[in-house]
Amino acid sequence: MAMTIHVDIVSAEGAIHSGLATMVYAPGEMGELGIAPRHTPLITRLKAGDVRVEHDGGEMEHFYVSGGMLEVQPDVVTVLADTALRARDLDEAAALEAKRRAEDALAGRSAELEYAKAQAELAEAVAQLRAIEKLRKMKGK
Amino acid sequence: MAGAKEIRTKISSIKSTQKITKAMQMVAASKMRKAQDRMASSRPYAEKMLQVIHHLYHASPEYRHAYMDIGRQRKRVGYIVVSSDRGLCGGLNSNLFRRLLAEVKAQREAGVEVVFCTIGNKALGFFRRFGGNVMGQVTHLGDKPHIEDLIGTVKVMLDAYVAGEIDAIHIACNTFVNTMTQRPSIEQLVPINAESEQGRTHHWDYIYEPDARVVLDALLTRYIESLVYQAVVENGACEQAARMVAMKSASDNAGNLIDELQLVYNKARQAAITQEISEIVGGAAAV
Repeated sequence: MAMTIHVDIVSAEGAIHSGLATMVYAPGEMGELGIAPRHTPLITRLKAGDVRVEHDGGEMEHFYVSGGMLEVQPDVVTVLADTALRARDLDEAAALEAKRRAEDALAGRSAELEYAKAQAELAEAVAQLRAIEKLRKMKGK
Repeated sequence: MAGAKEIRTKISSIKSTQKITKAMQMVAASKMRKAQDRMASSRPYAEKMLQVIHHLYHASPEYRHAYMDIGRQRKRVGYIVVSSDRGLCGGLNSNLFRRLLAEVKAQREAGVEVVFCTIGNKALGFFRRFGGNVMGQVTHLGDKPHIEDLIGTVKVMLDAYVAGEIDAIHIACNTFVNTMTQRPSIEQLVPINAESEQGRTHHWDYIYEPDARVVLDALLTRYIESLVYQAVVENGACEQAARMVAMKSASDNAGNLIDELQLVYNKARQAAITQEISEIVGGAAAV
């Protein structure tokens, strides 16, 4: 049996692959990487691309990653895959979007929220009524 | 005594309510199982990352990222509040908010300002009533939350932290103990306390591509995001569990009510029959 290395591909939303391989190819930020068993410890960012896992029999398995991190230890390779395309400006846009949503919601432009607020007020009023009723009963007795 | 017909309508209306609550209970039970699976499957990613972060922390002591700066003076802290989008899940959200309010009060008394980011509709509604500085929010994550929906909200907080506007980030969410118990908890996200026994014994170092800082920065951001994602998923499981329990007790209560009403209805019916018979007998005697 050929020398093998353990490969784990995990993303934040779940494990994608786990098993033994004779060779792993990954799209590193500085260039394509080929990792054989007993590779020296290495850590790098990944670009979007194909992670290829070569099995014992020589057949290849392909996994698409949209970026992430690659950690290599002599007998373990771990791919921490991103589930979404990541880029500085994309993240920036997402942050702005979240801020805008908060401002919108607090300015009262969302009908959905009006409903949630009304519901909460209703619950409060019901609780008050119940308390008054209880007080009345106690006084009545 | 109320008329027999009125009681009958009441019984049938409660019966249909009971049908709804029973259906909701069953839906919540199946969704809870899926949410628990999701909880378990997000764990290896964060664990693996934490290992690498610990290692990096000890391997390159000369570089300390802002996220690991433990010694900052606290003047302003941020809270990421994770809540459900929908109600009818017992005291789940209100317990969390109560716990949060106590914490916020303590912070304010210590002269520390607080800002918030909300995840989920209920938290947003709460802060609208309660008043509070909400920096970012996201709602309608659905049953299968995705990490890309959370990136923006988390980044708002992290940016404020890096810019020095806030000095710590906490996350408030429910933790899943078991189906019957969900505990509201508040934990510190940033600064990360990487000072632990684990990973201290390494004598080797990685080759970094392009260099340690870039790698560590990317890793830390993703790690925090994955923690928030985990909190959201866990809160989802809590929501379904709480809803299941709430709906079960609602169904049980409806059942009790129906039994009681049935008794009243039978008595009313019996009384009517008795009265009729006595009237007939009285009439016959008079003839």
